[in-house]
This record gives sequence, structure tokens and C-alpha cells, in this order.
Amino acid sequence: MSVLPAVPRRDALRLLAGGLALAAATQPASATAPVRSSARIVVLGAGAAGTAIANRLVRRLDGASITLVDKRREHLYQPGFSLVAAGLKPASYVVDGRTRDWLPAGVRLLEDEAAEIDPEARRVTTRSGTALDYDFLIVATGLELNWGAIEGFSLELVGENGIGALYAGPEYAERTARAVHAFAQKGGTAILTRPNTEMKCAGAPIKHTFLVEDIVTTAGKRDDAEIVYCSNSKVLFSVPIVSEKVRMLFGERGIGTRYEHVLKAIDPARRIAVFDTPEGKKELGYDYLHVVPPMRAPEVVRNSPLPWADKWKGQYWVEVDQQTLRHRRYPEIFAIGDVAGVPKGKTAASVKWQVPVVEDHLVAQIQGREGRELYNGYTSCPLITRVGRAMLIEFDYKDNLTPSFPGVIAPLEELWISWLMKEIALKPTYNAMLRGLA
Amino acid sequence: MKELSFSTFLAVFEEMFGRELFWGLVAAALLVTLVFVVMVVRERRLESRRFLRAELTAPLGAVLAMAFVFWFTNSGPANIGGPIDWVILAAIAVAGGGGLVMASYVLMGLMRRRRRARAMPAADQRPGPGAARPLANFKKAA
Ligand SMILES: Cc1cc2nc3c(=O)[nH]c(=O)nc-3n(C[C@H](O)[C@H](O)[C@H](O)COP(=O)(O)OP(=O)(O)OC[C@H]3O[C@@H](n4cnc5c(N)ncnc54)[C@H](O)[C@@H]3O)c2cc1C
Repeated sequence: MSVLPAVPRRDALRLLAGGLALAAATQPASATAPVRSSARIVVLGAGAAGTAIANRLVRRLDGASITLVDKRREHLYQPGFSLVAAGLKPASYVVDGRTRDWLPAGVRLLEDEAAEIDPEARRVTTRSGTALDYDFLIVATGLELNWGAIEGFSLELVGENGIGALYAGPEYAERTARAVHAFAQKGGTAILTRPNTEMKCAGAPIKHTFLVEDIVTTAGKRDDAEIVYCSNSKVLFSVPIVSEKVRMLFGERGIGTRYEHVLKAIDPARRIAVFDTPEGKKELGYDYLHVVPPMRAPEVVRNSPLPWADKWKGQYWVEVDQQTLRHRRYPEIFAIGDVAGVPKGKTAASVKWQVPVVEDHLVAQIQGREGRELYNGYTSCPLITRVGRAMLIEFDYKDNLTPSFPGVIAPLEELWISWLMKEIALKPTYNAMLRGLA
Repeated sequence: MKELSFSTFLAVFEEMFGRELFWGLVAAALLVTLVFVVMVVRERRLESRRFLRAELTAPLGAVLAMAFVFWFTNSGPANIGGPIDWVILAAIAVAGGGGLVMASYVLMGLMRRRRRARAMPAADQRPGPGAARPLANFKKAA
């Protein structure tokens, strides 16, 4: 066609081929040539972290045997729970296909539960009795929600009795939305809590608080409603600058705060929540109560020699190096995701940063060299402040803000773009991470 | 974000729309652009009257694009917060407006050509001064 410049077709092709060869030559060798290895790698848990690392290791290693253990058949997109619990998305939004479908060909999935880890013998035993010997073990079991620790609470209560519990799963998040909307029609007192442990997405209870306030306001019942956020500590969020910002926004929106209030028990018949406070037990009446239970490592980790002995007592997070995520006593063991014993880091966004680090150190060990990648504690949380706006909060171990788009997306500003990221870009990004592509 | 590379970007967009739809949309956008460029090159100019008429659709495209984003998400104009939000909204409006202008220019061009093609025998008998050149171009390019 006359539009094309007059370069003979064969020359054009040669030019293109040359360009491609150049591009290939300038890529890091690691991205092109898989490392030969016969290592046996066992991954416990096929959630966000387990799936992502499996997809990446399969590409990096040639000949290694990779086995994942997880009995959960459906993959849950947990960051979407907050949207479901506000009635903005159906429960089906967070059921993200089958666990198996996210895994690459060439890895084995055992639909079973890890029951015992023996790091001396380098062996994992499953609930059904299968023994898996490993050269490398990656613990990615996530964490356990300890509902039993809240006296008088049971999951059957969620939805109908002025009780919400969005952490409990897709169905409970949907039931939580029902309770929130019922409250928005009637008004009264809403009490929102968070546990006195490390927790996944520490922003989620705050997001829920803002959303409840917004939903009540939209329903025209704001004057009939009192909304109170109960923090476990003396602050609202572990990062000081974020905590201050949340305090100011709560003030603007008329959301009350109680500090050092840890939910211990509820009396659903009388609609009373009982808190441990420095001054002793305190009772607060509620018309809507959001329960977030204490969190800890799953049983298989709690019963193993892997947790920290002197940190996070009663929570049992795996004792890993903060920067390499390698176990401090068993160098062939790594932990990624919520179960890792590092400060901060219990978000899917952190997983995205942790996975390449563990991949690097594991492959380096196989190759007999030192790993280079380090995890800086990156944690991110699009902190929703109302339907349609959020703050894109990102920080590291040192409580520094680490914005992905410095000078463009202000982290402490309530923005529509940050909401769009949460609502439409986060799930695709999460899915790309699962495939090992992001 | 850790690896904010072009391939990450593509992977995220593939997930957002589904692989087929995403590449389908990219192909559609490229096709319209290509036809537009080819048309301008063939006609040796940007037909100013047609372009002016196409431009009239720009506000409609801009409004439709913004309305679509608000409809597709749980948000509305009241949620616009800071400067970057206005920039994004303007970009969406420009994309919608520009896209529709280009699409309607191309559409009007194609329609005119078809009308010309149908009227060809008559044009051959009584060649008008304006009709001869574009027709010659059309034959040459084809
Ligand atoms: C309400 C809520 C909101 C959130 N919001 C955000 C957000 O906005 N942004 C963000 O980045 N993150 C958010 N997160 C956090 C994010 O979902 C988690 O940090 C992430 O899923 C952690 O990945 P993981 O692989 O460690 O754990 P998970 O994804 O929970 O996966 C753990 C897997 O291990 C399996 N497992 C457990 N025990 C065993 C065993 N004994 N043997 C074998 N397998 C086992 C489980 O079945 C599960 O499949 C949110 C979480 C919640 C609950």
C-alpha cells in the first residue's frame, strides 16, 4: 500500500528480526533460561502467596518437582470482601474461580491439609497421612480467624441480629451488607471493632466504618445514628501519619472513637458488646456491631517448631528474616503472606513484593549464589473513605509512605482515582499477580 | 507497585476485560485509526467539511465516555476529589470525544464513497469537476 514507506519487504523483516534479537540479548539471563534442578519444593497453601510463587517458580526452574497442599477448592479474592459487605458487589465477585485453575501445568496440587511439619526430617505430613519430603518448604498458609475467642459470638448470628463479620467469607460478607443496610434504615448505635493482634489488611475495619457512615448518610438517617470505632491501641492505625489523617477524617465525619477497647464478648439477646479496657471491662450497647476476631497462624504452624518464641506471643507467626523471608533457623524454609512473622505486610499487595524476593533467594540457593532481592515491608491498602473515594496508602517497615505514583496520586488525599483503582484495577492486578505476571 | 512495566500493564488489562475482549478493543481502536489515516492519505487531505461535521460529535463522545465510567463504577461526579481526578476525567472525555470524532469521520467517508460508487455510471457519463479526482485516487489505491 502507498502508506508504507518504500522499504523492501525483506529488508523490513530483517530489521524486525534484528530488533527482536537485540531485545532478547539485553534481557536478564534469568528471564530467559530456566535453571535446571531436581529440587523437591513443597508449598503449603494455594492462596494469594502460594499460587503466585508456584506460577513464578515453574517458569524459573526446569525439572524441579513442585507440590502445593491446600484443601480449599475455590480461590477467594479477599480484598473484595469490603465491597461485598457494603452491598456494592455480590458474593460471587470474590469467588475467583477454582484453586486448581490458577495453577500452572507442571505442579501438583494435593487437595488436603498439612497436618504436621517436621523441619529436622524435612517432611510434611498431610491430614490424610501423605508424607511429603522436601528440599525447600514454602509456608503460605495464611492465617486463622479465631472466632471462638469472642465469647457469645457464633457465625450463625451474622446478618440478622445487627451483627456483621465481613472477614468470615463471601457469604458472611453478604450477610454483613444486609445488617448494615438494616441499620441504615433504623439508625441507632454502630460499634466497629478490630482485634488486639496482627491482622490481615488492618485498614479493612476502618474502611468498613467509613462505608457504614456513608451508607447511613445516603439513607438520610445520619442524624439518628451514632457511629463509634473502637481501636485496640492508643492509635487508629499503626503508621502515625495515616493514623492522624484517619483521626481528622473521623472528626470531620462525626465518627466517635474509643481507644484501647478490645472486644471480648457479646450478648446478642441484649445487644451488648463487652470490651477489655485499661480500666477493666466495659459494656457498650449496639444496634450494629462489626466483629473482627483475633488472628493467629493456622494450627499446623502453631504446633510446629517454626514460630517465633519471643515475639507475638499467642499468635505464632513464622520466624523469618524481615528482608529475605527465609526462616532464621531452617534455611530451606521460607514463609510468604499473612503467616510470615514480620511487622506489617499482611496484605495481598505485600505478597506481590514478597514473592519475587523468595523466588530470588530460593533459585539463588539452587544455583549456589547469594540472593539479592530484599523485602522492605511494603504494605498497601486502598483506604476507602466513602463510596466513590479512597486514599491509596502505601508504606514500609519504617512507617514511611512509599507512594507508587509520587507527585501524581497523593496518598493522604481522598481521591476518585484511588477508588477506581480499588474498584476496577485491584482485582485484575491481583489476578495478574496470581499468574506470576505482576 | 513493584514491577510497573509495560507487560504488567498489559497483563492487568487482559485480566480486566478478558483476553479476547481486550485485544478485540485494541484491534478495533487500531482499525479505526488505520482507516482514518489511510483515508486521509488517499484523499490527500483532511476533508474539512466532513471533519467539521465529525467534530460536532465530540461533546457527545466526551459526555458518553464520562457517563460510561460513572455508570460502570460505583461513583459519580461528586466523588471527584483532587487535581489528578480532574486530569483523569479530562483524559476520559478527550478519549471519548476524540474517538467518536475519528469514528464518525471514517464512517461519513465510507458512506460517501459507497454513495459515489453507486452513482458511478451516471458520473462517468457526466463527469463533474469535483468527482473525478477522488475517484481516480480510489482506483489507484485499490
Ligand atoms: C476483609 C479483607 C480485606 C482485605 N483487603 C485487602 C486490600 O485492600 N488490599 C490488599 O492488598 N490485601 C487485602 N486483604 C489481605 C489479603 O487478602 C491477604 O493478605 C492475602 O490473601 C494473603 O495471602 P496468603 O496467601 O498469605 O493467604 P490466603 O490468601 O488466605 O491463602 C492461604 C491458603 O492457605 C490454605 N491453608 C490454610 N491452612 C492450611 C494447611 N494447614 N494446609 C494447607 N493449606 C492451608 C488456605 O486454605 C488458603 O487457601 C484483605 C483481606 C481481608 C480478609
